[in-house]
Amino acid sequence: MKELLILSGKGGTGKTTIASAFIKLSQARAYADCDVDAPNLHLVAAWDTKPDREDYYGLPLAEIDKDLCIDCGICKDHCRFDAISDKDGYRVNPYACEGCGLCAYLCPAKAIRMEANLAGDMYLYLEDKASTDKVFSTAQLEIGQGTSGLLVSQVKKRMRQAASGVDLAIIDGSPGIGCPVIASLSGADMVLIVTEPSLSAISDMDRIVKTAKTFTDKLLVCINRYDTNIENSNKIRTYCSFHNLPLVGQIPFDPLAVKAINSGQTIVDIECSAGMAVRDLFTKTMEELYREAGK
Amino acid sequence: MKLSVLSGKGGTGKTLITVNLASVAEDSVYIDCDVEEPNAYLFFEPKSFKEDIVAVKSPRVDINLCSACKKCLEFCNFNALAYIKDKLLVFQELCHSCGACSILCPDKAITETDRPIGRVMVCQTSPKAPVSLYTGFLDPGEASGVPIINRLFDEAKNEADKDIFIDCPPGSSCLVMDSIKEADYCILVAEPTIFGVHNLAMVYDLVRLLKKPHGVVLNKCVEGENPVEAFCQDRGIKVLARIPFDKKLGEISSNAGIAAMEDKKYHEFFLSLLRIVKEELGCERATYPKR
Repeated sequence: MKELLILSGKGGTGKTTIASAFIKLSQARAYADCDVDAPNLHLVAAWDTKPDREDYYGLPLAEIDKDLCIDCGICKDHCRFDAISDKDGYRVNPYACEGCGLCAYLCPAKAIRMEANLAGDMYLYLEDKASTDKVFSTAQLEIGQGTSGLLVSQVKKRMRQAASGVDLAIIDGSPGIGCPVIASLSGADMVLIVTEPSLSAISDMDRIVKTAKTFTDKLLVCINRYDTNIENSNKIRTYCSFHNLPLVGQIPFDPLAVKAINSGQTIVDIECSAGMAVRDLFTKTMEELYREAGK
Repeated sequence: MKLSVLSGKGGTGKTLITVNLASVAEDSVYIDCDVEEPNAYLFFEPKSFKEDIVAVKSPRVDINLCSACKKCLEFCNFNALAYIKDKLLVFQELCHSCGACSILCPDKAITETDRPIGRVMVCQTSPKAPVSLYTGFLDPGEASGVPIINRLFDEAKNEADKDIFIDCPPGSSCLVMDSIKEADYCILVAEPTIFGVHNLAMVYDLVRLLKKPHGVVLNKCVEGENPVEAFCQDRGIKVLARIPFDKKLGEISSNAGIAAMEDKKYHEFFLSLLRIVKEELGCERATYPKR
């Protein structure tokens, strides 16, 4: 299976819009939303069948049994995450606790236990439960939970397991450069970076390129809304040639794109200039993806 | 006053709104908590600043002392230690710096050293607006910016009597929670798409969970139906302001310009938004400068 991962660094540049169009154009039989912190792909790329839901557990978190606690303070002294407070008796802040387990190990009164931590929901859409005809894997992290590379890895694993015979998978990534992005990069055969002509997006692109390059050399760039600032689009072009990154597409600003998304359609479902540009982008991206495989 | 601006979804205009609000407020402080993709410094173009490395504790193994009992790697919940070819290895990127391995090693073979993961920058003035900027940069390849965010708040501690504007990272994870925990008020920014609604719903749950007073700013508004407007109406969430889709605003922002400093209309607009927020908070003691 070839995996195409869509990233951007900066949020809101159009990752999900492009991912949903690619899914449509390729008739992809496997795709996943790795933006577990703010998933959106299901809004345009899911279908009516009810998904299989599974609990996602993060690392177990510390809990102090007040009856056993002897108020010694050893736990608080050793916690590196400031997760233990001593106001009205010793207590663990579940949003700060990272589940290392050191406090439970050190507690002389054995008053601390590590308790199961339900941290999100994983969803697997299967078009036909008997076969593996089409698979969509997504998840939603509970609010306030630690940014989870582990959940991202789970989402991809569930997709891969359910779609063993599929040749192309499209993966919608998350913004930023941290843990979830790094987890989404493992196993990606090609990364398409979606940027836009603003100085913020260019700065963010540079940071995601640096991050992605520590994992893979297979990077492509496309510019969304390129015509909103031609000068900055030229800067992106210069950046790409300087860093030897293929620029595989330029999508114009198109008010119809928002209309399509708001009616639950992809931008290639309607007649519009952005949709035309994305078709071209898709062809070029697939050429790059399959070039080295010789397929 | 501490004001946090958050959105769930990326690219809705958090930085645009925070930059402009901080610029029209008098003698304000700006904390950019998006340490993965910081952008505020592009707008303020600070000339002089104090820079400092942020480091976390990282285990170092003395192989001569290690007796291969493997207690450390059995204990490590983050799988940051492995025993490969008769050698104990540390995977720095997986390590959460909890310190457990060095404490429980019976051979005292593990000590901790400082490992840099990024930096913070403190800028007392900006040539473009009267703002003190606190911003941080996570090094590419590093997993978590939490220590950098904590450091930013530490650095800004003695600014508590000023108006503090906090630009949050996207999402609703612990990073965002860290960024709003001290806020007196939260502005939720949303764009008029079904994506915008879905992600607004998440940060709305978050501010309610933390019992933070909050209101919504609708960005990129166009004629016709706005799914976010309907969401706010249904739940009785106060809409503080609506920013119409405006090519000129987009152009100024895409060039990292501060609209409130370049365009009188936007100066008035953000001044009025700031007033509304302060009224919501009931702090009318503040005075506002003329441009």
